[in-house]
Amino acid sequence: MQNQDEINRLTALVQLLLDEAKEQGASAAEAGLSIENGLSVTARMGDVETIEHHCDQGLGVTVYIGQRKGSASTNDLSETSIKETVTAALSFARYANEDAYAGLPEPSWLATEFPDLDLYHPWTLTADQAINMAIACEDAARSYHADITNSEGASVNTHQGIRVLGNSLGFLHGYASTRHSMSCSVLGQRGDSMQRDYWYSVAREASKLEPGPEIGRKAAERTIRRLEGRKLSTRQCPVLYAAEVASGLLGSLISAISGGNLYRKSSFLLDMLDQPIFPEFIHIHEQPYLSGALGSASFDAEGVVTRTRDIVADGILKSYVLGTYSARKLGMQSTGNAGGVHNLTLDSGDDDFNGMLARLGTGLLVTELMGQGVNMVTGDYSRGASGFWVENGVIQYPVEEITIAGNLKHMFRNIVAVGNDVDYRGNIRTGSILIERMSIAGE
Amino acid sequence: MDRLTQARQSILAPTGLQDSDIEKIMNSLLSAQVDAADIYFQSSHFESWVMESGIIKEGSHSIEKGAGVRAVAGEKTGFAYSDRIELPVLLEAANNVKAIVRQGQEARSALFKPSYSQPYYGTSNPLKSLADQQKVDLLRKVDSETRKLDSRIEEVIISLIGAHDSILVASQDGQLTADIRPLVRMNVTVIVVQNGRREQGSMGGGGRCDYTMFFDEDKALDYGKEAVRLALVNLEAVEAPAGNMTVVLGSGWPGILLHEAIGHGLEGDFNRKGTSAFSGRVGERVGSSLCTVVDDGTLPGRRGSLSIDDEGTPTENTVLIENGILKGYMQDKLNARLMGVSPTGNGRRESYAHLPMPRMTNTYMLPGAHDAEEIIRSVEKGLYAKNFGGGQVDITSGKFVFSASEAYLIENGKLTRPVKGATLIGNGPDVLTRVSMVGNDLQLDSGVGTCGKDGQSVPVGVGQPTLKIDGLTVGGTSI
Repeated sequence: MQNQDEINRLTALVQLLLDEAKEQGASAAEAGLSIENGLSVTARMGDVETIEHHCDQGLGVTVYIGQRKGSASTNDLSETSIKETVTAALSFARYANEDAYAGLPEPSWLATEFPDLDLYHPWTLTADQAINMAIACEDAARSYHADITNSEGASVNTHQGIRVLGNSLGFLHGYASTRHSMSCSVLGQRGDSMQRDYWYSVAREASKLEPGPEIGRKAAERTIRRLEGRKLSTRQCPVLYAAEVASGLLGSLISAISGGNLYRKSSFLLDMLDQPIFPEFIHIHEQPYLSGALGSASFDAEGVVTRTRDIVADGILKSYVLGTYSARKLGMQSTGNAGGVHNLTLDSGDDDFNGMLARLGTGLLVTELMGQGVNMVTGDYSRGASGFWVENGVIQYPVEEITIAGNLKHMFRNIVAVGNDVDYRGNIRTGSILIERMSIAGE
Repeated sequence: MDRLTQARQSILAPTGLQDSDIEKIMNSLLSAQVDAADIYFQSSHFESWVMESGIIKEGSHSIEKGAGVRAVAGEKTGFAYSDRIELPVLLEAANNVKAIVRQGQEARSALFKPSYSQPYYGTSNPLKSLADQQKVDLLRKVDSETRKLDSRIEEVIISLIGAHDSILVASQDGQLTADIRPLVRMNVTVIVVQNGRREQGSMGGGGRCDYTMFFDEDKALDYGKEAVRLALVNLEAVEAPAGNMTVVLGSGWPGILLHEAIGHGLEGDFNRKGTSAFSGRVGERVGSSLCTVVDDGTLPGRRGSLSIDDEGTPTENTVLIENGILKGYMQDKLNARLMGVSPTGNGRRESYAHLPMPRMTNTYMLPGAHDAEEIIRSVEKGLYAKNFGGGQVDITSGKFVFSASEAYLIENGKLTRPVKGATLIGNGPDVLTRVSMVGNDLQLDSGVGTCGKDGQSVPVGVGQPTLKIDGLTVGGTSI
């Protein structure tokens, strides 16, 4: 297979990098290399707008001289460049201080088995085919409703790449993966109210993408329902995070229990291991070995084996999210999370979206959040929001230009229910999340 | 040595590519029926140093180079790029991108003429402006001096970043332009603890210059002092109020409000397509008569400044809003051509691997008549927002949001308690109409801004005098 030849060629380059590092005096080294090719096509107002051919490559090396660390990277994969990159990394290491926690992972932490996770499904897509798909997707959106007046277009993207990672402990592995997506964004107008919304689908296999016209219709439907939004008066009320924004709450959880924030003591969840941080019915786990999933990986960015494990069980925080450095700083073991989590899943309850609306009763359904108002040190949370006002489980009207605020510690503890309307499009999989009470600021 | 010669040396010389080769690539592009075409060459050197827990923790270095080839016909764009600056690779890229338009045009020949413009910064490489040992010594000094400032300081994290970027742009009209762009930045983050309560403060600065700027008037040490001050203020902060109130924005970095609420909505692409809340409104009143807003890429040495944009157009001081009336948009070549106006030097791209689009440079409001103190004194009850974190805008609905990192309650014309976690939200096309006082204290930010659009990041500057806005929604927890 041609692909395997390419993996072998790149694996040999990584070995060359590691050998060069040793040759130039590094006591330990880690090297990574990636190449990626792709095609992105956008159609707007029924015609092609852009065709982009992507072709990226890069290599990076981290070297250690004892406990001193330096790194360097380049997008030039020539042998001369490899030598120069190693030299640059070493010169940085010479100025770094001894850091007792610096270094490669413990040998016993490294992955030794590499199951096929079904991540590689190339899409033989010509630019013309992609254009036609994008046009069909956008057409469905533009013809959905008379109030759809304009468009930012629809796009079709396909990417395939190879990643290789190696270190001087003998770890060396490469694999190929693909990622395809389709998206659409349209504008609606009624009177003075102009709104835009979008929808997208992403998968490792093209056949698993939502059909283009379906994506277009959803984008249009989401745009239309936002028209003529109102503000709310300042109040407190229950808030339902729609699945597509609920993943952001779990993103904040992951950030708060990540090694970097913990050892810097800049987390609102310090010293909470084995303590309740959610209600008892909340279970959150990591599933790195799901076949064909977007976040699947058998090793992390340092070659450490990933594990299927609980992060929160019965509402209790069972594990942090650590790479090698932060694990050593905290006197713990790496959890295989250098570079992030792999398919984080919040277990669903029994209610679908309508059931969750019924549970919300009277309150705010949030479908979009804006701005960065999350303070990781204190958990203070205040973000711009738009969505819908709901009464007795029935959507009444769109709302916009409000903020929702609270403290993540309290918000986590006051989760009332999790829907089974799971959004599978990202690395964090959750249904909608209902929070008992938050502050709304508006008129 | 002029910029073009320098760019040729750093980008083309190592590859052996000649002007005649660039002409070959351009001629291939021009064999299709294109309205515009360009080839963008780039070579970038970047380094970063991090000090944490009192030690130099790590340093890193990167070198990237490549070229992007673009053909434009009407509203259609074909684009390809490669990190290999080699004739056969770039000819193939040209062949791919011109598939966007009909073929069969008689080949026109491009003969490149160098084009020069006024530079707004030097060309020297900041990475080489200090010996590595001096960089390390600077970080150590900032660390130790900052730690001495208060016993409640628990951690100090300092980063130092330098970049040296060379670009060369060949366009279909035979213009060959180049720029050499230095960029430096330092940041100090401090974590303080008092009675178990933990807060942080951050301050930094930089610009298109070399590392020696951090020694001028002890700038680097001032970042540390300011970070400590911010962290200590936050220790005392109470919950922010919620609701609609008068808001006074501080001078300098709070100009991010203009960037988010107004600036993005005035970028040419959104307005050409009619997707911005400001579309079709040139000549209309969009702000009170006190408001004049410009985008100025020509400020010497500023983080958002450019001598030429990434399409080779010299930057300008563009008036966007004059005495409250919308005057014009920020344009790149494509959108200027389609809208029948001139480019304004705002065509920017993150790198050779990205398509250019209209982006801001340094965006700020001109000063007015009032002292900052006078403005605060005029407010019976409201919020004074002195420093901000990030912000975001929906350019279609016009809604924007940003988070205050330092804010105080104003009660009876006086600043009383500091508040935490205040988020401001509003409507871009409305907000300037509610500006009722403008300070005489115009200040630009210290040089830390990075703007994101369509996944592309570029360095920008913002600024403003102290402003009073009658009625903005403050999102807090205290009702």
